[in-house]
Amino acid sequence: MGLPPSPKVAPSFYRTYVGVLMKRFILFYAFLPFLLLVSPLISQAETTDDIEVYVEVLKSKSTKQKTEAIQNIAKTGHVRAGLILEAFLGGKLYSLKENGAIVIINDAASDIEISNAISGEDLGVATKKQIKKLRINNKLRGVVKASLAELQLSHPDKEKRMAAALSKFKSAGSSDIPLLENAIASEENKSIKKILIEAKAAAELSSNDSAIQLAAIKIIEKRGDSQALNLLTQLSQSAENEQVKNEAKQAVGRVESSLALWDISQTLFYGLSLGSVLLLAAIGLAITFGVMGVINMAHGEMIMIGAYTTFIVQEVIRNSMPELFDASLFIALPLAFLITGLIGIGIERGIIRFLYGRPLETLLATWGVSLFLQQAVRSIFGPSNREVGNPSWMSGSFELGQMAITYNRLWIIIFSLGVLFMLMLAMKYTSFGLRMRAVTQNRKMAGSMGIKTGWVDALTFGLGSGIAGIAGVTLSQIDNVSPNLGQSYIIDSFMVVVFGGVGNLWGTLVGAMSLGVFNKFLEPAVGAVLAKILVLVLIILFIQKRPRGLFALKGRAVE
Amino acid sequence: MMGLKRYATKMAATTAVAAGLMLSVSAHAAETIKVGVLHSLSGTMAISETTLKDAMLMLIEEQNKKGGLLGKQLEAVVVDPASNWPLFAEKARELIEKEKVSAVFGAWTSVSRKSVLPVFEELNNIMFYPVQYEGEESQRNIFYTGAAPNQQAIPAVDYLMSEDGGEAKRWVLAGTDYVYPRTTNKILEAYLMAKGVAKEDIMINYTPFGHSDWQTIVSDIKKFASEGKKTAVVSTINGDANVPFYKELANQGIEAEDIPVVAFSVGEEELAGLDTAPLVGHLAAWNYFQSVEADVNEEFISTWKKFIKDEDRVTNDPMEAHYIGFNMWVKAVEKAGTVDVDAVIDALPGITVPNLTGGMSTMLPNHHITKPVLIGEIQDDGQFDIVWETDGLVPGDAWSDFLPGSKDLKSDWVELNCGNYNVAEAKCLGAATN
Amino acid sequence: MLSRYLLKKLDISAMWFLAVLAAIALLVPALNLLVPETSAFHLSTYWVVLLGKYACYALLALSVDLVWGYAGILSLGHGAFFALGGYVMGMYLMRQIGSRGVYGDPILPDFMVFLNWPELPWFWLGSDVFAFTLIMILFVPGLLAFAFGWFAFRSRVTGVYLSIITQALTYALMLAFFRNNMGFGGNNGLTDFKDILGFSLQDDGTRAALFSISIVMLMLGFIICRAIITSQFGKALIAVRDAESRVRFLGYKAESYKLFVWTVSAMMAGVAGALYVPQVGIINPSEFAPANSIETVIWVAVGGRGTLIGAVIGAVSVNFAKTWFTAALPELWLFALGTLFIVVTIFMPKGILGLFAGHKIKPFNLSIFGKKSVDAEDGGVGDNNAKSS
Repeated sequence: MGLPPSPKVAPSFYRTYVGVLMKRFILFYAFLPFLLLVSPLISQAETTDDIEVYVEVLKSKSTKQKTEAIQNIAKTGHVRAGLILEAFLGGKLYSLKENGAIVIINDAASDIEISNAISGEDLGVATKKQIKKLRINNKLRGVVKASLAELQLSHPDKEKRMAAALSKFKSAGSSDIPLLENAIASEENKSIKKILIEAKAAAELSSNDSAIQLAAIKIIEKRGDSQALNLLTQLSQSAENEQVKNEAKQAVGRVESSLALWDISQTLFYGLSLGSVLLLAAIGLAITFGVMGVINMAHGEMIMIGAYTTFIVQEVIRNSMPELFDASLFIALPLAFLITGLIGIGIERGIIRFLYGRPLETLLATWGVSLFLQQAVRSIFGPSNREVGNPSWMSGSFELGQMAITYNRLWIIIFSLGVLFMLMLAMKYTSFGLRMRAVTQNRKMAGSMGIKTGWVDALTFGLGSGIAGIAGVTLSQIDNVSPNLGQSYIIDSFMVVVFGGVGNLWGTLVGAMSLGVFNKFLEPAVGAVLAKILVLVLIILFIQKRPRGLFALKGRAVE
Repeated sequence: MMGLKRYATKMAATTAVAAGLMLSVSAHAAETIKVGVLHSLSGTMAISETTLKDAMLMLIEEQNKKGGLLGKQLEAVVVDPASNWPLFAEKARELIEKEKVSAVFGAWTSVSRKSVLPVFEELNNIMFYPVQYEGEESQRNIFYTGAAPNQQAIPAVDYLMSEDGGEAKRWVLAGTDYVYPRTTNKILEAYLMAKGVAKEDIMINYTPFGHSDWQTIVSDIKKFASEGKKTAVVSTINGDANVPFYKELANQGIEAEDIPVVAFSVGEEELAGLDTAPLVGHLAAWNYFQSVEADVNEEFISTWKKFIKDEDRVTNDPMEAHYIGFNMWVKAVEKAGTVDVDAVIDALPGITVPNLTGGMSTMLPNHHITKPVLIGEIQDDGQFDIVWETDGLVPGDAWSDFLPGSKDLKSDWVELNCGNYNVAEAKCLGAATN
Repeated sequence: MLSRYLLKKLDISAMWFLAVLAAIALLVPALNLLVPETSAFHLSTYWVVLLGKYACYALLALSVDLVWGYAGILSLGHGAFFALGGYVMGMYLMRQIGSRGVYGDPILPDFMVFLNWPELPWFWLGSDVFAFTLIMILFVPGLLAFAFGWFAFRSRVTGVYLSIITQALTYALMLAFFRNNMGFGGNNGLTDFKDILGFSLQDDGTRAALFSISIVMLMLGFIICRAIITSQFGKALIAVRDAESRVRFLGYKAESYKLFVWTVSAMMAGVAGALYVPQVGIINPSEFAPANSIETVIWVAVGGRGTLIGAVIGAVSVNFAKTWFTAALPELWLFALGTLFIVVTIFMPKGILGLFAGHKIKPFNLSIFGKKSVDAEDGGVGDNNAKSS
């Protein structure tokens, strides 16, 4: 089987979901005139007939027949074969109810534009009732992806080739070796080439020649990830040649031990990530509770309001300027800070200022506020979860050695540390920070030095609430956005602040990170539930040892 | 700006509703049949249950438009048990003793059902329970319109084992640590072993309620799946924890054709809080999807959207269960000619009403109903595309055949008048109470 | 002898309070059982059950007030002791079901049959003996409180640190009890009780009796609290609350005083829980939820901290408000409750009782950025706590 000659001119642009790169759009419009001009010319009569028959089979209910049809479509080498398969994969291949013609839809706009699947002829618009979707399932998706891989190993788009190579690695059989060899020979991109070589090696593992097998084992072992381990384990069980079997077994051992090491760093990353979430949730509380001494039960609701702010921002963006979606978080951050900060100032002026000197009663009042805010959000936005999307730069993951680092977690770690250090700087070097520290250390003296203690209190509470709002924006990226969001963080936040030592931001940092890491290292051993219980028990025991937390304040101010 | 405006209107509406409610509390029609609605409107379960309250209000309104029942208007009595289990029992008692309702539609979690069950037994009233649950129960006063395990879990696993489903050989059973996942996983484990799956090919994992950090578990699933054979995940993860779970799945790049996840507690409502583009192909098993193509369904959806005044609101399986349950109750009352509880309980088994998938569902003598089982794939618009369905209706089985303790048990309220009849010993267990 | 002792311990208002309780204990069952249902004076079973529940909450509030009002220990985890008492009672009730469970097993509760437990775990042994159950109702919460207090008070964990670790305690217990492997029925908890000491729990007579017992226990709890706080011991205790260091420098062992009331209070909470379970018919891990414990503290604050009677009044009135709101304003009741808490804290710093007792209410300054009082009286983190970074 030779390489299909023409798919180069038929790049596909039908996978448009949130977060797709702008680049692709530009590429699409650049290619569009070329495509429209060229495709009808290249279409050959004989292949068109074949492909029509095969595409027709996609309407059938039998997965088996569809599987064959997909492979056959790819084999026709028809110029639109790739396009059709991608439309099928993306759920955009439909049949017209009136005449059974198969069409590709483009429903980016409100009207559904349809075009003939095989000729590409524009058929105008249709309503939902006139068309019927051709069903695809996971099994078929696998088949389509494998077939597309074959078509796209020489695709001009780098990302397509990469995807094709990765897909080949998963599904390569001995019949693919010549195809892969061709691709390796013509490939210029280094990382794609590496994967192609690995794919070829994966196919060669089942070779009859033990020398080829041994060489393949080397390549696969070098890859060193869990997929490699999987392939090698299978070989070590199934190989007939003793030498191959032994070599595979040893390779399995080596890969396993290196993976075990990577595992530790992966767990550490998970721990830091959990810690950063705890940190974010707790920083605001470290100010309202830690610095001001207000047992702020409405802290969780500030986080929730921050998350809902993100939702509103994204909603507005979705409806009016979708191209700004990736920037939604940057718009939401200052907004959330302002909104929750103002609410915080309102709470302080309206309620809490009457309660200074009675810190435990602030618990009561803020609990009331928390009930009130929860119900308000429930009444306005409804009780169910709201959709907050991840911008493209916060989706997906990358590999660092054998560790998978997800972008959203990474950004959250960076962001939480950033917020903490900004806050520390602000407290140390700005005049507001100075006043804040003065008021919390000795209110009377600060007052007689001319500091407006009332204002400072209000702004401090506003600052704490505002930071909780920022945390909400971030947490909306990984958790539910529902009226109950705040409730799930409030207890943990208090634990972190108390564990770290009330009134100390460093303590909050160390507290959050150590609780996160400790939790994550326990989790594989005892399970998620017990891990959490053990962490709580640890906190209780730790407080016995250091009754004022990790970083206790010293001196007279304490009593 | 559409969105913003909508919320601004809602803010105003909330205030108006508050005033309206206070007035309407005292307003009281003279001759009505009262129907209790016992769903949490606050607390952790409000997220799922509020919709069901609205669905009930809609059904009652529609019935009243048709002229009510037995010549009288229906009146909904709504209370808020606030996701607090003892409060469920208290509110149930209030509905029955104080408000004298003729039937109650309500509860979501098993524990809330267990909490109200003795109240219904003692005061002899009727409750329709609309959510899929773990089975192992059949009580004279309760009618279970949600799916029993054999109407959801087992067909889903069958599908994943089939050629269409990808011939899964290795299984991860992930759930929240409470009774529904525990039971379902026990049944599934027994079922899978009976089908020849080795014990080391089954991984069972439990997490606490509201679990939000899924990094470790998702990477464990990835690892488990990379040990050869095709792997599938069966998720009985409870409501709130699903969003972070799916977000983590998407971010760690687990694609449905590699490791399909089939969920039993994720419906259209839950997906409304998610960007589903990266989740296309993951599955859910239910007895109803909004995307079902049937005239009766289209009508239901448009009535719902009109009632709730929101074009974006979705419908889901428990709503259909209430739709079926309510219509069954109406029909049984008409058949009995009275709302008298005993007469209605006797009239209910055998009642057949249309379901929303275009077929008819029947109330069985064991107080469960017949339903079709559908497997849907998540689409990028937050809906499900139905990829597989059972040939006919599946009758709900109260006692699982795959659990040693309940294998011999049978429920039949018509002939045996017993919810847990032991076939082997030929006696009704715990009969002393009835 | 005893009556003289009581007279010494109780002032006029306490006497009145006990008299009212005694009247309720007699009147409510009478109105429910003796007055015919058709009469306007008939009290429905719904109310008996509801009032019984309030009585248990009141006893719980009393126990919180004892430690918070008189020893300055703000417990955000008293729900744990309440729930433990409830679980001990629930285990007894579970065993009374016998072979009437759905699987008909004479010994194992249903959930154990269903989880394939071959036999009763050791901690369920003896749970079918009522006398043993009564002892355990006091012993289990008492032991936990003693162990917890022993460490915490010795390490001089005070104020907000103590509050937060009590919260951690109840949260950890909640998570633990949610686990099915713990052997307490997981999330479903213990339900479907049939009878207690051979009396059916669904019988109106049993309910009335349980109600009366609850009120009697509430009275007993009140008398014990009064006895403690009016004794020499109580004086020292209040001194510990107000200035712990000073008391310690005077040579008193402050931690022993605290440990004693803490343990007594936990036992009282356990009794409240044990009476609560047969009346509501279910015990489940959500009773351990930190929010429940916080709510209990709020009842006490609403009624008036450090007054005992106030705790009872607070528990009953907040719960009555909740009962009424959830039915009358199902969609909006949280607004009402939230507002209630805010209003009470700001305008009624001494709680409901403060209004009636003619206590001088602390005036507050209405000017927006006015001066405020500085002293941190509650032993929490005062505003003069320094911040260093």
